[in-house]
Amino acid sequence: MLRWVLNVGLLCRKEFYSLMRDFVLLGLIVFSFSVAIVLVAHGVKIDVSNATVAFIDEDHSALSRQLRSVVLPPYFKPPTLTDRANGKAGMDNGTYNFVIDIPPRFEADSLAGRTPAIQELIDATAMTQAGLGAVYLQQIFLGEVQAQLHSPDLNKLMPFHGESRIRFNPNSESAWFTSVMQVVTNATVLSIVLVGAAVIREREHGTIEHLLVLPVSASQIAVGKILANGAVIFVASLLSLWLTVHVWLGVPIAGSPLLFAGCLVLYLFSVTSLGMMLATIAPNMPQFGLLVVPVYAVAYLLSGAATPVESMPDLVQSLVRFFPTTQFVKISQSILYRGAGLESIWPSLLAIVFSSTLFLAMALLRFRSMLARQD
Amino acid sequence: MSAPPSEIRVEGVRHAYNGRDVLHDISLTLPAGQTIAFVGPDGVGKSTLLGLIAGVRHLQTGSIHTLGVDISNKAEREAFLSRLAFMPQGLGKNLYPTLSVRENIDFFGRLFALDAPTRANRITHLLDSTGLAPFPNRPAGQLSGGMKQKVSLCCSLVHDPDLLILDEPTTGVDPLSRRQFWALVDQMRAERPSMTVIVSTAYMDEAERFSWLVAMNDGRILASAPTADVKKQTGTTSVEDAYTSMLPEADQKEISDFTIPPYEDDGSPPVIDAENLTRQFGSFKAVDNVSFRIKRGEIFGFLGSNGCGKSTTMKMLTGLLDITSGTATLFGRRVTPGDMSTRMRIGYMSQGFSLYEELTVRQNLMLQAELFRLPVAEAKQRVDTMLQSFKLNEEADSRPTGLPLGFRQRLQLAAACINTPDILILDEPTSGVDPAARDMFWKHLVALSRDQHVTIFVSTHFMNEAARCDRISLMDKGKVLAMGTPDEITQEAHAATLEDAFISFLEHAGNTVNAASTPQRAPANAGPARTIPSYIRWFSRCWAFARREAVELTRDRLRLMFAILGPTILLLISAYSVSFDINTIRYTVADYDHTHASRELVEQFRGSHYFHETAFSPDRETVETRIRQGQVALGLDIPDGFGRDLAAGRNPAVGVVIDGAMPFLSANVRAYVDAVLLTYAASMQKTLPPSATASLTPVSIVPRFVYNQEFRSIYAMTPGTIMLALILIPTMLTALGVVREKEIGSIMNLYASPASSGQYLIGKQLPYVALAIIAYLVLVALSVTVLGVPLKGSFIGLTIGAVLYILACTGLGLLISTFVSSQVAAIFGTAIICLIMSANFSGLLYPISTLTGVTYYLSETFPASWFQLICLGSFTKGLGIKSFLSMYAALAGFAATYMLGARLFLKKQDS
Repeated sequence: MLRWVLNVGLLCRKEFYSLMRDFVLLGLIVFSFSVAIVLVAHGVKIDVSNATVAFIDEDHSALSRQLRSVVLPPYFKPPTLTDRANGKAGMDNGTYNFVIDIPPRFEADSLAGRTPAIQELIDATAMTQAGLGAVYLQQIFLGEVQAQLHSPDLNKLMPFHGESRIRFNPNSESAWFTSVMQVVTNATVLSIVLVGAAVIREREHGTIEHLLVLPVSASQIAVGKILANGAVIFVASLLSLWLTVHVWLGVPIAGSPLLFAGCLVLYLFSVTSLGMMLATIAPNMPQFGLLVVPVYAVAYLLSGAATPVESMPDLVQSLVRFFPTTQFVKISQSILYRGAGLESIWPSLLAIVFSSTLFLAMALLRFRSMLARQD
Repeated sequence: MSAPPSEIRVEGVRHAYNGRDVLHDISLTLPAGQTIAFVGPDGVGKSTLLGLIAGVRHLQTGSIHTLGVDISNKAEREAFLSRLAFMPQGLGKNLYPTLSVRENIDFFGRLFALDAPTRANRITHLLDSTGLAPFPNRPAGQLSGGMKQKVSLCCSLVHDPDLLILDEPTTGVDPLSRRQFWALVDQMRAERPSMTVIVSTAYMDEAERFSWLVAMNDGRILASAPTADVKKQTGTTSVEDAYTSMLPEADQKEISDFTIPPYEDDGSPPVIDAENLTRQFGSFKAVDNVSFRIKRGEIFGFLGSNGCGKSTTMKMLTGLLDITSGTATLFGRRVTPGDMSTRMRIGYMSQGFSLYEELTVRQNLMLQAELFRLPVAEAKQRVDTMLQSFKLNEEADSRPTGLPLGFRQRLQLAAACINTPDILILDEPTSGVDPAARDMFWKHLVALSRDQHVTIFVSTHFMNEAARCDRISLMDKGKVLAMGTPDEITQEAHAATLEDAFISFLEHAGNTVNAASTPQRAPANAGPARTIPSYIRWFSRCWAFARREAVELTRDRLRLMFAILGPTILLLISAYSVSFDINTIRYTVADYDHTHASRELVEQFRGSHYFHETAFSPDRETVETRIRQGQVALGLDIPDGFGRDLAAGRNPAVGVVIDGAMPFLSANVRAYVDAVLLTYAASMQKTLPPSATASLTPVSIVPRFVYNQEFRSIYAMTPGTIMLALILIPTMLTALGVVREKEIGSIMNLYASPASSGQYLIGKQLPYVALAIIAYLVLVALSVTVLGVPLKGSFIGLTIGAVLYILACTGLGLLISTFVSSQVAAIFGTAIICLIMSANFSGLLYPISTLTGVTYYLSETFPASWFQLICLGSFTKGLGIKSFLSMYAALAGFAATYMLGARLFLKKQDS
């Protein structure tokens, strides 16, 4: 047993030497955990933000102008004035998310209490903007018309009122969410690719075969690779979380960093094992490249980092209970945003441990037959 | 001024790799129309010099005129390449293993733009004269080493070159095939006497048949003169002696003969015992019923050509490969895969270099020593001893990359000996090592065997090495032909030398010296190939690359399957599962009020299909805890006295606590809660003054969801996923194309061919474009039929966009491939760039119009966002070609830019 640990240690050291020599790869790792995170955090808005609105104003009244002036950042970009044909074309090519059509005699009709209708065209293919944006616009317009017509404030007329408190991210800042999720996504892709490709490279160069003639077992080689590469990704992810996400982007971290680090270790063990398992299936590098694409892409799409898990069909929701990536995204959200403790994340943790055992067992099982294959 | 056209003139040429000089100021003139041999050990710069003469290597300093062509002039050099044939070092290195013999030759014919009848003629002629005619359809990867070299030669000769350069063509080839090979070269020269042939070799005896001799050592020319003159000047009778006499005296001493003390059998039981060993790969028997016993301290040699089963036998003994049938025992114990105690006593050296290129010589040895369980201090001492005795001290802290082959092999032997093993299994340890280094190697082996009684099992294809073994076994096609001491075998075959004996055994086993007698002159050789218009030639070269790549691709079933299945899986999963439709917001209620009013309020939530009720919470703290633990996304806190205050018109507050961890969700939850509360308020209209009702809605706002009336995610996600799948997979398809050829070495064919790198890149791109288009058609068909997402707009409009998009994506893959230095970096770079860009900045999840600043420009300068517009436009918005013109232009621009970039990065010469 002691020997086993010693050998794994020696093989880890060797992995570190190798990694430190591949400058292009190191550069890519640094980039993907720093600049890439910031770009995504600053660029992507996952709730209504910077939505584009165009007005077709056939009324040209003070009221219609007033409506235009209350469409404001950060929810909306300053609106543009257009005509019917250009409005249609603009929606077709994705320039406008919303087109507001104000009919002639709008102001006069509303003053006369004839309840004129504003038409609100919504590009429903912009899923993240359409639903909420439409509601926001309605509220804004209604409020403004009421204010202009000096009708009583709706809120005052309500028999009761709701007091909303949004926990953990009170201002709904997208960057808080996207930055952390991008760190997790990049760590996942890197884990799968790095370990898998390292195994295939050693196989193509014959170095794994050489090791297996020494008093070294397949499990030591596999675990050595997983630990060494996992450690690099672990350090990169934590540094990224601390320096890029926390210090640079100013995202608060609610829960225990130690608990998160512990979960990250287990998670990386699972995905690096997955990478190794995939490497034992694909005979060479081009095939490995193609095999990993659907794996990481599906893992990402179903992780809950892109769209809410709650919105997925029931069957998929029960399946992703066993997906390490989905469970880790859940854990990250719980610990980092909600400050949850072990008591609420242990089922997810269990799923991750289960999946890593499965992946590692399959990788080891296939390790020798992979070497025997002639190609 | 200008060189006579019939000469090769080298003046003042120097060359360095990584700051290490390999050629020092070389000047020489070689006659045309002759056969010229470059001799000298490995690492003296033969290959480099040949590469420079051929123009496939970048000239650093000096000038070279080859047959009147100034090699440093790009235009002249490229025109000259069609008169040149260059066969790189390494068995079948310029061949494509999955292509058949005929397809390989045909590819080279197309590369040199020969028309179909000419190609057919030449191929038939070449196959006949090389004895390859019986197997035109066998994949090159399954040929023996000797046959590979013959096919390589055919490939080189298909276009009737004026200059044929062969870099160590016979290294690693068995003696019979070697004889056949040289007979073939002679024959080809007889057919085309004007052809100049330049060969480099480490076998001195082979140089005898060449009319001109160039002897090299340590990056310098020792002699360059007609072979007969060289021998006369040095007063020797053989090239080998002549070469030795020209070496500096210090070096000469090294090569003094050495004697091997006779082997004494101590009567102990055999250390290695193999009985009826057989190993089968599918239907192919790599090793067929092989038996032998090796005693303690004996040197046992395995002799045979590449691919005869030597390595497979050795791997079975080390436990690397499972034995199909038969038994193998080491030290009296059956070989079992996990037997560590046996492995502790074995030293193994595999055929290729199998230590780590990224580690220094010392680090490699330390790793080895420590894995053999030596304590650190002892390991350090042992490593020092090994560095000393294998003369690696000076190189201790450099990396194996770039060290001459001889050093690398010494390092491997040092590594194999580091544990003072009882058995050494050495698989072609001296392959590619020069004679002097080989002798030093053998001194080590003899010392180990005789002084330390190490049992040595060694395989080789050198006859003089086999003669040094105590016993040898001749192998061919997986079978043992003969076994015994070298003398016994020679006598058994009634031959003069071991080499003759081997050849006679091979002939008995059914091999013939040369299948073809004097072949007919092929009519096509009577005149030069017809001249073809240059633009057709341009395309025919692209087509040559494309055709070859396509044939390779169709044979790689797994890759084809992944390329089609990958996008399909991606589409089905994301279309079914990825959704922004919110319908199950779990909530809990802490009701402190317990009145009719509070129950009514809760009832409103219960009635909404957006919300899903969970157990009531007893108090506020529980609500907070359950939100913290992620069990619910929403908590309602109805305070004590809510019903009373409501009745009294005191406008009581309802606490709404929302989980904000995912901002998209929290914003929606808030909007839905507001709506429910409003509905509840409206249901209590009776409490409002009638006048207020009208003024609540002075105007009506009529929302109309266009393009996706039901507002379901699947209609938006499906086109988006097609965009996503078509960038992730096609880019990955081409991303390894160039960098892999660089790692394997087949890129040499590009360097030595008249084809340009542009033709090469386009040829490489086309098959993958075709494959990706098939994937695209599958995706569209699936979307419409299985997923039920109608294609409202123009199919043709979408398809034009898809083709341009695929051209851009495969171009991006090629650009990445020419830029990076390793396959790992290519995969990771492609994965990260494509995923980040297409998921975040292409309008898949978040519309591009909402991006600001840098990210907006990023998205505009990436093809995915443009194709997303085409995809969404044609699927959901019912648009056609006319609306897509600007997007087509952008995509075409990306495709062109990426290809141009790749063209700039891909050099057409080696460094």
